[in-house]
Amino acid sequence: MRTTRILTAALLAGAALFTTAGAAVADTPGPSPSASSGDTPTEAGTGFRTATAIEQGQKATASASTGDYLYWQFPAGANQRPTVKATVQLPEASLRHGAATWQLDVFDGLRRHQACASGEPTQRAGAQDASVTLTCTLRTVRPWSERWANDPLPGAYYIRLTVADGPDQDHGLPVKTEVRADAKDVGGSRAEGGEVAPLHAAALKEPEDGWNGSWWSDRWAWTVGGAVLGALAAIGGYTLTRHPHRFRRPPAGR
Amino acid sequence: MIIRRRLAAGACALLAALATGIAPASAADGPSKNSPKVELVLDVSGSMRTRDVDGQSRMSAAQQAFNEVIDAVPGGVRLGIRTLGAHYPGDDKEIGCKDSKQEYPVGPVDHTEAKAAVAALRPTGWTPIGYALRGADQDLGTDGGTRRVVLITDGEDSCGQPDPCDVARELAAKGTHLTVDTLGLAHDDKTREQLQCIAEATGGTYTSVQHTDELSGKIKQIVRRADTPVETPKPVSGANECAKAPKIGQGIWTDRETFSEHRWYRVEVKPGQELRAAASVGADRAVDRDYGVLVRAVGESGQELVRGSEAGSGRTDVMSSGLRYPVGKAKDKNDKEPRTVCLEVSNSFSAPPNVKRDPGLPVELAVDLVKGPDSPSDLAAFGLGRGWVLLAVLAVTGLLAGLVWGWLSRWRVSVWRAN
Repeated sequence: MRTTRILTAALLAGAALFTTAGAAVADTPGPSPSASSGDTPTEAGTGFRTATAIEQGQKATASASTGDYLYWQFPAGANQRPTVKATVQLPEASLRHGAATWQLDVFDGLRRHQACASGEPTQRAGAQDASVTLTCTLRTVRPWSERWANDPLPGAYYIRLTVADGPDQDHGLPVKTEVRADAKDVGGSRAEGGEVAPLHAAALKEPEDGWNGSWWSDRWAWTVGGAVLGALAAIGGYTLTRHPHRFRRPPAGR
Repeated sequence: MIIRRRLAAGACALLAALATGIAPASAADGPSKNSPKVELVLDVSGSMRTRDVDGQSRMSAAQQAFNEVIDAVPGGVRLGIRTLGAHYPGDDKEIGCKDSKQEYPVGPVDHTEAKAAVAALRPTGWTPIGYALRGADQDLGTDGGTRRVVLITDGEDSCGQPDPCDVARELAAKGTHLTVDTLGLAHDDKTREQLQCIAEATGGTYTSVQHTDELSGKIKQIVRRADTPVETPKPVSGANECAKAPKIGQGIWTDRETFSEHRWYRVEVKPGQELRAAASVGADRAVDRDYGVLVRAVGESGQELVRGSEAGSGRTDVMSSGLRYPVGKAKDKNDKEPRTVCLEVSNSFSAPPNVKRDPGLPVELAVDLVKGPDSPSDLAAFGLGRGWVLLAVLAVTGLLAGLVWGWLSRWRVSVWRAN
């Protein structure tokens, strides 16, 4: 009888731990999808030095000429997987001379080109298309990496949008562009240790969870849950050897 | 709640930043010494009479746009106006190709005077673009602040020498940060190529103008860009070997490097600091299809410490790469002697034989020194575990431990009873 009580208590404690863990996950603010305070940027920079700072989840627009190189920068913290989406409203089809390829590049704070793990960073716009949409999802930002690696690290990320290939006669024609950078929290499976100072992030606002992500990850729940389970199993094993009769059927006649 | 409070704090910070940003402009009577300078260079050659911009002549479209721009110039910007081909109607090329005059000096804008200067212009003479660019560079002076030239023209240079594109590159290489944005009112290939070349050589933009409102909109945008505060790079001249390299510190540096040239710089890094360097090499002229850039950090003994490299092909403005090199904390606590790290920037750009080699490609080097990284003792966060395998291992281990402990106790009790 006592064993059952102990067991229930332990199980309850374990359950409580897991549920509070869940609540904590829900409480931690996400990467702020709608933190667009103030005006949205309506200009783009023309180089790394002049890149316009945008926030995560903020829609930035800019009018430009075909052939311009447009630069923006956005912040990303550890354990986030940023996705950049750019839409280009092409010049009137009657003014254009053919198809053109548009390209979206993402660089980290050290101006190192970052690979797009998924998405479509280059698109060919047909001669009659009105707009073209480009996307790029980076690898997960890590809080630390070896100095030889070019893994994404917390800090600034530069977006460069331009026409990569197209008829020369079309250069200089007006286009309207729109970019937006979002980030998804990847969760405990990628929670890592270590810390580096954010890369070139002086002009940017720190993400909600800080540059190095929150200390919380579901690894805490798994590890503590595992410890509780181990303790319960130990108690169970001990009881099994010490009071084996309790686990047998009561003898007939009682 | 927390989010709202943070938003409010952010808004306050933004307001404060805005206030400080505006203050120097509004507090003083005129723009400060470091305020940005923009010179509008307008082509007033005979061809500007052509009526093809929304039914009016190119000249009146430009004048209308100028009036709108003059009205909209932010208080902190110093504006000047220069013309080319506005005064000599004759056929003498010698005189026609030196016909460029500053109509309104670079400074705080007096709306009435500036508009009067623009209204008096009539399409007249030749198109000495190269000569006018040199004049514009002089008008802008050499004191601090952003320097931008907006060139509005409807035709290629009718003078030939000096080649406007070479002039633009030469002015950009002087280290005074001149950017030339070009606006084309005619749409033939030759004009476009020349204006694109000028813009490319100075890191500016080229726009082909179809309508009057586009013209004024674009000039206003360029003026706004000039008014955006930005860190001005410091000039430096790298050596061809580490021993002779100039010492550079934190900040942004510019240099020039010809094709396949290697440039060296030295940075001092204290123990416990991390060196961060990003280098971009600009393609300011026609280059071959494939190219690359390599940045290396090399120790004083010549050992390579770390490198960053990038290669690409096709159309590009810059090719960039970067590296980070942490110097570990010294074992001896009193050892605070900075270590010298040499940075080598090289490129593998190449160009067709008819392209000029001098001045070299623009190099921008961003150097940062920050606190060294905190290397984790375990890659996983706090060394924690995760997943069903972990749970199974812990549970089975617990069960086995419980069983062994239980059997041991039983055995002890039976031994005690037997005694």
